[in-house]
Parts: sequence; structure tokens; C-alpha cells
Amino acid sequence: MRVNGPLAGIAWALIRDVKLAWRNRGDVALVPTFFFVVLMLFPLAVGAERETLARIGPGVVWVAALLSSLLAAHRLFAADFADGTLEQMRLLDAPLASLAFGKIIAHWFTTGLPIVLLSPIAALQYGIAPALIPLLVITLFLGTPILSALTATGAGLTLGLRAGSALLGLLTLPLAAPVLIFGAGALAEARAGLPVDAYVSLLAAGALVALLALPFAISAALKLALD
Amino acid sequence: MSQSPPLLVAKALTAERGGRALFENVNVTLAPGELVALRGPNGTGKTTLLRLLAGFGEPERGEIARCAPILFWGHAAAIKDELTPIENLKLLCASEVVSATQLTAALERCGLGTRRSVLARKLSAGQRRRIGLAWLTLASAKLWLLDEPTAALDAAGLALLADVLNAHQAAGGAAIVATHQDIAGLQFQPRLLELGL
Amino acid sequence: MLFSKYASPQNFYTLAGKLEPWFWAAAVALSALGLYIGLVLAPTDATQGEVYRVIFIHVPAAWMSMWLYLVMAFYAVLLLVFNTKISGMMIRAIAPTGAWMTLIALVTGALWGRPTWGTYWAWDARMTTELILLFLYLGVIALANAIDDPKRGDKAAAILSLVGSINVPIIYFSVKWWNTLHQGASVSLTSSPKMAKLMLNGMLIMGIALWMYAIAVALNRARSIVLERERDRAWLAERLD
Repeated sequence: MRVNGPLAGIAWALIRDVKLAWRNRGDVALVPTFFFVVLMLFPLAVGAERETLARIGPGVVWVAALLSSLLAAHRLFAADFADGTLEQMRLLDAPLASLAFGKIIAHWFTTGLPIVLLSPIAALQYGIAPALIPLLVITLFLGTPILSALTATGAGLTLGLRAGSALLGLLTLPLAAPVLIFGAGALAEARAGLPVDAYVSLLAAGALVALLALPFAISAALKLALD
Repeated sequence: MSQSPPLLVAKALTAERGGRALFENVNVTLAPGELVALRGPNGTGKTTLLRLLAGFGEPERGEIARCAPILFWGHAAAIKDELTPIENLKLLCASEVVSATQLTAALERCGLGTRRSVLARKLSAGQRRRIGLAWLTLASAKLWLLDEPTAALDAAGLALLADVLNAHQAAGGAAIVATHQDIAGLQFQPRLLELGL
Repeated sequence: MLFSKYASPQNFYTLAGKLEPWFWAAAVALSALGLYIGLVLAPTDATQGEVYRVIFIHVPAAWMSMWLYLVMAFYAVLLLVFNTKISGMMIRAIAPTGAWMTLIALVTGALWGRPTWGTYWAWDARMTTELILLFLYLGVIALANAIDDPKRGDKAAAILSLVGSINVPIIYFSVKWWNTLHQGASVSLTSSPKMAKLMLNGMLIMGIALWMYAIAVALNRARSIVLERERDRAWLAERLD
């Protein structure tokens, strides 16, 4: 496969990273496991009262999804940076931003998508009304790519730093606040019987903006790390 | 040879680290068919110079004009542990048009024929470097920047590297090789570029 | 270009050194005036009593916390587009002041909240945004300091402040949205229009005073950074002899 131009770059990076993830599938499987461990903690901490759990459930799912995304951040660039393959990507005949885009999608495939697919189980655990489950899945489907893009931005900026992982959290989590608000907010509105179109549209718009704009920030950050 | 336009011209390069000059006013011109050995004690900026020439970062002062596609092979071998030699080679050749047969033939030539579907994790450091050598045999870039390519290579590996460099030179390519070692078997003696004098 | 002349560390150091005292003087004079209006001229509030006077610090500090983030993002653009050395130093010089302003706004808000709302912390939209803003500032400071190479640190901080600045309005909008959903406390001050005008003037003067202070302290910090980074340069040795 000859990589020339942004589209080839996206496809190349996506296929490459998914293949590497498949080879490390044991590590990849840790992410949804971690997701369910976080979900288990909240009932233990706040009590297993059904009404409380149903109310906080969507928010807890979102927080767990966010933490899971961060947990998998090291797979994005750290290994490629250490073994020299990131240098080779920089020299490819494709914009680094396009490769970053492909990597974000690969990160989402291996962290966001499994969580989207497994979220109905979480909904059952928390007693979220079955009628709300499709909405939970849709909002997660739209919101988790934003989380992947933000995680990749943080991972790019902290690449190669000693305090990397703590810093990653400090940089990424505050930026993710709106995603959390709209994602969990949609479910709260639906529970109250109110329309949720605005929330879904805002999440979709956010996903579009994050996926189009952040690869350029990531590209700048990676170039800096390779200096 | 001297009439043909140069592949790379770097003028008065100055690089800094932590506010102190690493090297100053380094000039490099590379014509087709030219081979340069980059020498200098540790910490004189050989790697920094090669990286600047490859386009990683900007020099503090000076200009670089690159007139040909560049192949940079750094300190780290650019090999993924969880992939086989053939898969690694395919990724390294992302800028080339090569067939599966060519990939296999290149690995065979570099002594990895029987190990081409073993995970790179299980290969020795020298064998991993040989995947890179196979990449060099297929690379179409005219300008090579190689940082310590001799690292971990045995005598046969070094002979292979010399072969690859000879062929590259014969095809009108040029290379800058940072190394502490003399590469035996080169057709022409490389021009010396010494840092830290 | 206008700023390219002052963008060299040497010229900046000289110019900033000349300007700094004036900004300090303006900051002191305007603070004195603003505090006089706020603490002496402004009458006691009918419902809140004396405690409302904290707004003469709280509101200007909150304004400054937002403004300084924008100014930082502006320097981030200058650094990333024009690669002016001073811009990176300005980012580092502004971020701590921004973080302090945010913290002052949060703490005074909490102290004001206790007697008026009956709670130190209310997850009010503005307070929550302010808290997120504090984390954004701390992120910029921590990232710049975590990177050994100063210029790399500058640029990483610039990328982060740029991403953050685009996010700040979204955060404010989303938190406000969230707040109406959760019916948090909202702040309103009951007072006559005439008194409101006096108070607004006091707050504006305090706001300008804080601007002057922020500029003075940022110039001071940037000069220190120049001293540190250019310590081996000839011009500095001549200057300090």
C-alpha cells in the first residue's frame, strides 16, 4: 500500500493501529473490564437503592467511559514514539493530522465502541428504564469519539513526559466536561419526559468539530515531541 | 558527478540544547552518488544534525534545502514487536510501490527468509536491524540519513549494509551515515564530516 | 511588523523594564480609588448588609480570570503562527496570574455565598465554569513546567491554551445549560439603580486596577524568564555589569 495523501493516511493509520490492537487484544480487553469495575464501585459507595441508581446511572456510565478512554491513552502514541515508528509516520507522504485522525478512530474502535455496545448491560445493572437504553447507546455513540479525540490531544501533548499520566488527566478531564453534561443530561431530560433532540444534535456537532479540529492540534503536539 | 544538482544543501546550521550551542556553522552539501560518514565523540550532536536534516525541528540558525525524498532511519529501529518481519517491512515500505514477492525476496536477502513470520519480539537486536536493511534494499528515496545503522549488526550484517550502500550509490543516491565504526566493503571511501572539532 | 521589533528578548527586556513601574503605579492608584468607592462611598446594602462589598474584589477577579485566558490564547496564536520568542514567555508569565485571579474569584465567591446563600459552594453555573477554568490554567502551567526544553514547553502550553480557549465558551454554555436543568442557585443583588451605578463604577475601576496589576506582574515575570533563558548571552552580561 502506497501512502500518499490524507485519505490514504487515515486508512493506513487506522488499519495499522487496529491490527496492533488485535495483536495485543489481551490489553485491549482490559478497557471494558475496567469500565465495569468502575461501574461496580458506585453502588458500593452510594448504596444500592434502586431509585438512586437509576438516577445516577447515566452519569456514572459517562464518567466510567471517560476514565476508560484515558486508561487506553498510552496505546495511542507512546509505543510508536519509543520504538521510532512515529518518526517514520512523520516522514510519510501524508499529513500527520490525517494519521492522527486514523489513530483516533482506531482508539475509538478499541475503547469507545466496546463501551457503546456493552452499555445496555450497564443500564440493566443500574435499573435504567429499558425505554431509555437506545438513547443511552446513541448518546454514547456520538460522545465517545469526542472523548477519544480529547484523549489523543492530551496524549500527544504529554508524549514522552515523566509526569505524563497524571498530567494527561489534568489536561483532558476538564475539557471533557461539556461532553459529560450533554451526554448524561440527555438521559436526565428523557427520564423527566422532556425532548432530547437538542442534546443529541449538540453531541453530534461536538463530535464533528472535535474530529475535524483536534487532529491538527495533535499533529502540532506530535511534531513538537519529535523535535 | 559534481555537475548534477545537489540533493541536500544545509548552510551554517547551528543547534542548541538547553541554551548552549551544540554545534555551530555546520555546512553539508550532498550530491547524487555521495556518501558521507558523520563522525564525532558522544554528545557532539550527530543525532541532532541528522534529525534536523530529516526535518524534525528547526535549527537555531541556518537553512536547509531538501531536493529529494528523504529516508531517515533513527536510533530506534522502527520495528513493532507485535508484528512479524514481513508485516514490519510492509509498514516501513509505506511510501513505496512493492509487491509481496519483493518483500519476501528482500527479507530472504537479509537472512530473515526462514523467520519472516515470527513475531519481531522474538528476534535478536541484530535480526531486527536486518528488517531495516531489507527496507533499505527496497527504498526509492534518493537521500538517506542513517543514525548508527551498524548497531547490533554482525560481520555478515555489516557486509550486507556495505552492499546496500554501494547499490544505492551506484543508482545515484546519497547518504549520510552517523557511525563510530568503519564500514568494510564500501566501494568508495566516504567523505568525512566531523563534529565536535 | 510592529511587534517584531519588540519581539527580540533584548528589546523586550528594556521596554518592559521601562513600562513596568507605570503599570504598578496605575494599579496602586486605581485600587486605592476603587476600594475607596467600594468600602467607603458605596452604602450598606439593605438586605445583605456589609458583606456584599466583597463584589469589588470578586467580580473584577472573575472578569480578569476570563480575560487573561483570552490574552494567553492570543499569545499562543502569535507563538504558533509567527514564532515570536516573547510570546511563549508571555504565556508562562500570564498563566500564574490567571490562576490566582480564578482562585480569588472562587474563594471570595465562596465567602460571599456562605452568608447570602447559606452555603460555601453551590455548583452555580459561573462557579463551576470558574472551577474548570482554574484546572485549565493549572494544566497550562503544569504542562509548560513538565517539559525540560523551554521552547518546547512554550509551544505545548500554547497548543493547550488554544484548545482550551475554544472550549471555554462551550464549557460556560454547557454548564449554564446543566445549571438550569438542575436548578442551582442564581445570584441577584437588590439595590436602587443609582446605587447600582456607583457600584458598577467601583467594580469597573477595580477591574482596570487588576488589569494594570496583571500587566505589571506579567511583565515582571516575563523579564525574569528572559534573564533565565538568555543568561549566557553577551547583551545580558553587558547590561548587568
